[in-house]
Amino acid sequence: MSTAIPSIATAKPERATGTVTAARRQVVQHKKALAIFLGPFLLVFVLFYLAPILFAVLQSFMKVSRAGAFGAPVQVFGGLTQYSAVVHSSVFWTSIEHVVIFFFVSVPIQLIMALLLALLLDSSLVKGKRFFRLAYFAPYAVPTIIAALIWGYLYQPQVSPFQTLTSSPTFGPLTANMIYFSMANIVFWTYVGYNMVIIYSALKAIPGDLFEAAKMDGASQLRIAWSVKIPLVVPALIMSTMFSIIGTLQLFNEPTVLATLTPAVTATWSPNMIVLATTNIPNYNLAAAISVMLALVSCAVSFTFLRLTQKRAFA
Amino acid sequence: MSTATIRTSLRRTPRGATASRPRSVALTTLFMAICAFYFLLPMWWLIVASSRTTGQLATNHSLIPSSIGQLFSNVADVLTYDGGIFVRWLLNSIGYAVIGAAGATVIAAMAGYGLAKYVFPGREAVFNTILAGVLVPVTALAMPLFLMFSQAHAVNTYWSVLIPSLVSPFGVYLSRIYASAAVPGSLLEAARLDGSGEVRTFFTMSARLMSPALVTIFLFSFVGIWNNFFLPLVMLQNQKLYPITLGLFSWNTQISRAPFLQTYVIVGSLLSAIPLLIAFLLLQRFWQSGLAEGAVKE
Repeated sequence: MSTAIPSIATAKPERATGTVTAARRQVVQHKKALAIFLGPFLLVFVLFYLAPILFAVLQSFMKVSRAGAFGAPVQVFGGLTQYSAVVHSSVFWTSIEHVVIFFFVSVPIQLIMALLLALLLDSSLVKGKRFFRLAYFAPYAVPTIIAALIWGYLYQPQVSPFQTLTSSPTFGPLTANMIYFSMANIVFWTYVGYNMVIIYSALKAIPGDLFEAAKMDGASQLRIAWSVKIPLVVPALIMSTMFSIIGTLQLFNEPTVLATLTPAVTATWSPNMIVLATTNIPNYNLAAAISVMLALVSCAVSFTFLRLTQKRAFA
Repeated sequence: MSTATIRTSLRRTPRGATASRPRSVALTTLFMAICAFYFLLPMWWLIVASSRTTGQLATNHSLIPSSIGQLFSNVADVLTYDGGIFVRWLLNSIGYAVIGAAGATVIAAMAGYGLAKYVFPGREAVFNTILAGVLVPVTALAMPLFLMFSQAHAVNTYWSVLIPSLVSPFGVYLSRIYASAAVPGSLLEAARLDGSGEVRTFFTMSARLMSPALVTIFLFSFVGIWNNFFLPLVMLQNQKLYPITLGLFSWNTQISRAPFLQTYVIVGSLLSAIPLLIAFLLLQRFWQSGLAEGAVKE
């Protein structure tokens, strides 16, 4: 993770700018090797990535129809029936609203904190860096579903060591007032250290001469951090934000656990929870339509984000 | 490694000299310590709660461990409950994650290398399609994968969780970027002149040059699979095939019927965090040596 992330900023894939004839000749020479290199990935990618997407799209255009009240159900072409059901579903839009609010409650503070901790670890202001780096990164070893279980216990007044806070009817972490923050806290706890490590490795990859030059000019540590370090880790931040966008839209584990603890989180709180609930009905066609919508929204948002923030992260 | 350490310290000392005023060092270190307290507290609480009986959990809310003996007896209970199902879940998780991540790494590394080092018509189109795959939320694939696997009568098997995790578009992206920078074309030409086949060159030389990226891809995939909950939840009904995440969650949903499972979930969470923490500590070295390689190469 450490070396590869910063290299995204600097190294771009070799483009086919060389002589075309040489390229053509190479193809003939190494066809077999290429098939061996690319074959396995393309096989699993097509079978278990593209095919499911295609299958979901097909399913989403079908509907179940019965011949008479007791006839056997058959799948027939349904056009946009499922999509119109999704678009007109208030449950779906409420779930989208939930994850959008959640994104703004959770991601900015998470990335700011990760950046701050990475900068401090990279400065000369801290003793015991090795310990801190490990301590912050350790929660990443806990699967999110288990992190949600642990925090769930810390939130429940029955077992929590924080009795005054957890039993408060207004500020209790499982009340409707606080549920976004409680959920954001679980995600924060898991991912701050991870994002910090990514940013920290990007900082370590900056050539030392750059700082020497800045110091010769009499720049303070704060100034160096602001004008030299932060601009250079922007690509790492962009990557982290993008994965946070994709991750937030897929939010499932944390609300699923919290739904067992509080009525403030319903069984259809996030889009993926709706997909599961719809699959269990079972209404595969509708579930497929929701999955496809979710994938489209996710791609559109992350693509727009990348366009807006320049093309540095994905060269 | 040692060269890099010396380099780093040479680089660090003059930088630190200007600003290591003792007071600001103390204040920042205090801030870092408070943060560390926050990050470690839930884990500490796990240890504390694991040292109590289910009855004590409801009455004793302090953050001081109660009894080491109780901790060990809880651990023994969890490991033997229901014919040792917990151990089975842990082994399943390790199996899914190690085999899946190793497979995904090899497959992605070869593909990324192929895309970086060989020019062929349609290369950019293939690469962009794979790159678009990075943006697709993997959970959107779970439902259609379930339907496909059920038509092939393969749901509720190890394969249904293992095979989809072999696809790592991000791994292909990383290894392409890394291979273009770390494997010089001149070296490949030299290997060709020496009569080494393309595939052999990859496994004996290029893969070694790409090792920091390979560790990264392996780590990413490993953690991704270890964390996976949605796909196993959709695919598996037989609890003997569950990974640890799904297993502990299923215990948690039964607490109202069997209150003692509360303690088991807590102890189980503690035990399940240990393998990955150890893996992190061990891989940390590997990955720092990778960092050093990058620094020396520069």
